[in-house]
Amino acid sequence: MSRAPRRAAPPALLDRRKTVARILKDRGDALLVTGLGAPTWDAAAAGDRPDNFYLWGGMGGAALVGLGLALAQPARRVLVLTGDGEMLMGLGSLATIAVQKPANLAICVIDNERYGETGMQETHTAFGVDLAAMAGGAGFADWTTVRTPSDLEEALPLIHRAAGPVFVDIKVGTEPQAMTLPPRDGPTLRHRFKRAVPGERG
Amino acid sequence: MATRRARKTAQKDGTGWPDEVFEALKALDVRQVAYVPDAGHARLIELCRRDNAIRSVPLSTEEEGVALIAGADLGGERGALLMQSSGVGNIVNMLAMARECRFPLLMLVTMRGQWGEFNPWQVPMGEATRPVLEAAGVIVEEVDDPARVAETVAAMARLAYDAGRMVAVLIGQRVVGAKDWRK
Repeated sequence: MSRAPRRAAPPALLDRRKTVARILKDRGDALLVTGLGAPTWDAAAAGDRPDNFYLWGGMGGAALVGLGLALAQPARRVLVLTGDGEMLMGLGSLATIAVQKPANLAICVIDNERYGETGMQETHTAFGVDLAAMAGGAGFADWTTVRTPSDLEEALPLIHRAAGPVFVDIKVGTEPQAMTLPPRDGPTLRHRFKRAVPGERG
Repeated sequence: MATRRARKTAQKDGTGWPDEVFEALKALDVRQVAYVPDAGHARLIELCRRDNAIRSVPLSTEEEGVALIAGADLGGERGALLMQSSGVGNIVNMLAMARECRFPLLMLVTMRGQWGEFNPWQVPMGEATRPVLEAAGVIVEEVDDPARVAETVAAMARLAYDAGRMVAVLIGQRVVGAKDWRK
């Protein structure tokens, strides 16, 4: 029996699709906003719902769409899933959110350290820029970086229940994923979302 | 009543328009007011910050406000974005999102780079404000008479909230007053 030479293998990175599905499995009635690109496809792959609002553009805006929604619906948990490139374009949002202190808002960055839609160029996080530390520095109530399946399980109560604003940076791999496209007509996405949220003025 | 007093003042010396605009925003049930400060908006910002029914949201850059107000609409609240004309240069790509989704967007823009401007660096964006907004699909109305600011805001707000459009009320530098560089 031949034995493979012993070498410390780098820990396998989380699979983004499974990670997003795991987070959303426990979401309950949380409202979801996704940033453009892969986080939108990941959320659609986990199951389209009317209380998902997918951004197909507006790069850098996902966290603030989440803030406006969280302030308008303080009794509902609001979850933002976005990418590292998208978050980097709106870093000032972290400061703006921290000032408002929305207890019901959680931001999860699905961080593959790449611009996935444009040719997998490295983002700043590939060079060590620490988004969770930036959220902490801004004044978020809680923040962490997730690298392993057990980290992810530990972070789930933070994402879904802890007093916010919460920021979770989740390091994931770069394996290609099947494209799962949700509806893309803006007024349709807007209207169906508003109908799904009780207490709307129509 | 403060409103009536404010209106009288506005008619007399042209400084009561922020109080009138505030009353208009209250009548419209605006709940989220986002802003990057401008001297011309100082009084309106102060009134909004003092009001318990309005969430005042200072921004680090103006495009955050476009996204915030989109989120407010998704959650059933009306928002307004206050900024200086230079901020219009920061928001263009985010306006594409608001336009594509037909988000209502009410922007109140105090102008620089016009009437009596002393800072040459303000002039290019002052000149570009209207064409940039219109190129992005925003309906623009400029007011140069302090007595007409509040009524213009109320009328444009209907286009925003009822007709689902992006609108901007440009409050002319003649209304705001040219900045005194010695101060």
